[in-house]
Amino acid sequence: MSKFTDFAKQRREGTKMVPVPSVSIMPERDLGRAPALECLHLGIDFGGLKAVDDFNITVGRTEICGLIGPNGAGKTTVFNLLTKVYQPTRGTIMVDGRDTAGLDPARVNRLGVARTFQNIRLFNTLTVEENVAVGLHNQHHCGMATSILRLPHHWKSEKYYHERALELLDIFDMAGLADHEAGSLPYGAQRRLEIVRALATNPKLLLLDEPAAGMNPSETAELMENIVKIRDQFQIAIMLIEHDMNLVMNICEGICVLNFGKIIAKGTPEEIQQNDAVIEAYLGKQKEVEA
Amino acid sequence: MGIKALKPQTRSTIITYAIVIVAFFAVTVLDGMGFISNSLSGQLVPICAYVSLAVSLNLVVGVSGELSLGHAGFMSVGAFTGVVAAGCLTRMGVESEILLFVAAAVIGAVAAGIIGFLVGIPVMRLRGDYLAIVTLAFGEIIKNLLNNFYIGVDDAGLHFSMTDSSSLGMTQGAILINGPKGAVGIDKISTFALGILLVLITVAVVLNLMHSRDGRAIMAVRDNRIAAESVGINVTKYRLMAFTVASALAGAAGVLYAMNYSTITPSQFDFNQSILILVYVVLGGMGNISGSIVSAAFLTVLPEVLRPINNYRMLIYAVVLILVMVVPNTKIYQRLADAVRSKLRREPKVPVAAAEGGEADE
Ligand SMILES: Nc1ncnc2c1ncn2[C@@H]1O[C@H](COP(=O)(O)OP(=O)(O)OP(=O)(O)O)[C@@H](O)[C@H]1O
Ligand SMILES: [Mg+2]
Repeated sequence: MSKFTDFAKQRREGTKMVPVPSVSIMPERDLGRAPALECLHLGIDFGGLKAVDDFNITVGRTEICGLIGPNGAGKTTVFNLLTKVYQPTRGTIMVDGRDTAGLDPARVNRLGVARTFQNIRLFNTLTVEENVAVGLHNQHHCGMATSILRLPHHWKSEKYYHERALELLDIFDMAGLADHEAGSLPYGAQRRLEIVRALATNPKLLLLDEPAAGMNPSETAELMENIVKIRDQFQIAIMLIEHDMNLVMNICEGICVLNFGKIIAKGTPEEIQQNDAVIEAYLGKQKEVEA
Repeated sequence: MGIKALKPQTRSTIITYAIVIVAFFAVTVLDGMGFISNSLSGQLVPICAYVSLAVSLNLVVGVSGELSLGHAGFMSVGAFTGVVAAGCLTRMGVESEILLFVAAAVIGAVAAGIIGFLVGIPVMRLRGDYLAIVTLAFGEIIKNLLNNFYIGVDDAGLHFSMTDSSSLGMTQGAILINGPKGAVGIDKISTFALGILLVLITVAVVLNLMHSRDGRAIMAVRDNRIAAESVGINVTKYRLMAFTVASALAGAAGVLYAMNYSTITPSQFDFNQSILILVYVVLGGMGNISGSIVSAAFLTVLPEVLRPINNYRMLIYAVVLILVMVVPNTKIYQRLADAVRSKLRREPKVPVAAAEGGEADE
């Protein structure tokens, strides 16, 4: 693990974060191109509760960005807004420079946003390979009549889905599990399969909701390595929610801290570690516990 | 040996087709040897129709995961359209029974598919119990509409009315559909072989659809709608697709059913009929196509076999139904089934590499 974290640290130190005109910072290498994600004054109310309010963020095209905060801060709600599971009460979401107003979750995915879920949502009765093939749905087309009549194009498509699914599963060394029912996999493998399925949709922005939850330290270390590998290989932006501070501080270039639905700090890992408001939000609670 | 080496999916596909084909030859041979009673051989075509209906309803209930209670409605659309089509074609001088049947089945399927699509547009906005209740209502609406249809054909063409048969204004020709009296004077052109052919086509359509891009999307929506949306699947489109294809197949089965009798009435295709088909599906197992085939055939034959003890016929039928539902959930049965299964199959084993660690739950 240490070898890897050193590598991640070097990489991060090589990254220079620079202010961008709107409200955020972005890796210098991503300047001059539309950001993968830009949120302006994003917010949603549940009854009287402002679950998310005035959420502004810019995520560079190849940035790994962390979204952290205490339990119930509204992190998952932000992901649900970005993927339109919830329609925002106010504010704008731009993906790859395009406004997503009025789009449904499926269309937002086609625009380039893919996600995993905090409480795993796989297609449990389908096999691992089929789960990934469903992720490839919009990458390759084959009409209903073609499939029912088993025309040559159907077999070509099935070959494509099969080969591409195995290729993607190989990222996590899961090709050997291809024929297993997704619901029967161990917990860690289910989390990895969700990431592969999301990647299969060829996203520009990958949202990971607590990817390391329930994993042991060696699995987490491997996951960190793989998240960086995915970013490098696919050249996409990754935004992740995580309570494992080691993971967040090591692989994220920019971090955004949420508390009670509001952003309380934004910056590089070093800045966040020294930020008074963040220390209070996290450690303040710890002091209470100790008292 | 050979069959064990195949993928589970391919294996179950082969078994499904094999059941139908073996049943066909077994029945044909037994019939030739005079082992099949008259009343049972009269049931052969209805059995095929019910098998097709169960398989197609399984596409909605098992594969797509929506409880539909109006399948008989689409069956009747096919049946009556098929009768009208066959009546017109006969008038136009088509004589080949096979040609008549195929044309009627195709037209019946298309009509039922179109109605299924139109009904599906509003229905697929609903979920769960609401969807079930609305499909039930549509099934009844279709039945009541057909009760008011009067259609006749003569040299001048088709005549249609919704008041009574005399307002069709026909002096010669034939009345094909006569309101609540239904369709009369149908040519009995359905045969067991045609029935088996329709079953095979229905099974092929459903299985080929299931094991394709669109079928996986349908099953993904069933397993987890939110996850399916998150990977860019248009949920409504795929629910509607399953519903429409199933309706079209039910239409074709309706034609097969109708062409086996000289008379059919709209009231035959009521809620009870829909429930009967649903019972076959539930009994055979959700999403289990060979299960639907076996249970539909078995439960259609059972009342015929029990005819000699007429007084207790429906009692035994009910008891068998309850037993079939209860027994698979008993411990003894499950042990036995596990033992048989492990003999028949290579149980998939999760490799150690994947099973190690990370078993924690949220
Ligand atoms: N659909 C909803 N209706 C009403 N309130 C909701 C809804 N979804 C979330 N909330 C509320 O919004 C707040 C933020 O919830 P959210 O799940 O986003 O927290 P989180 O930061 O992801 O927490 P955790 O770290 O525990 O996952 C909570 O108070 C929650 O109760
Ligand atoms: Mg959360």
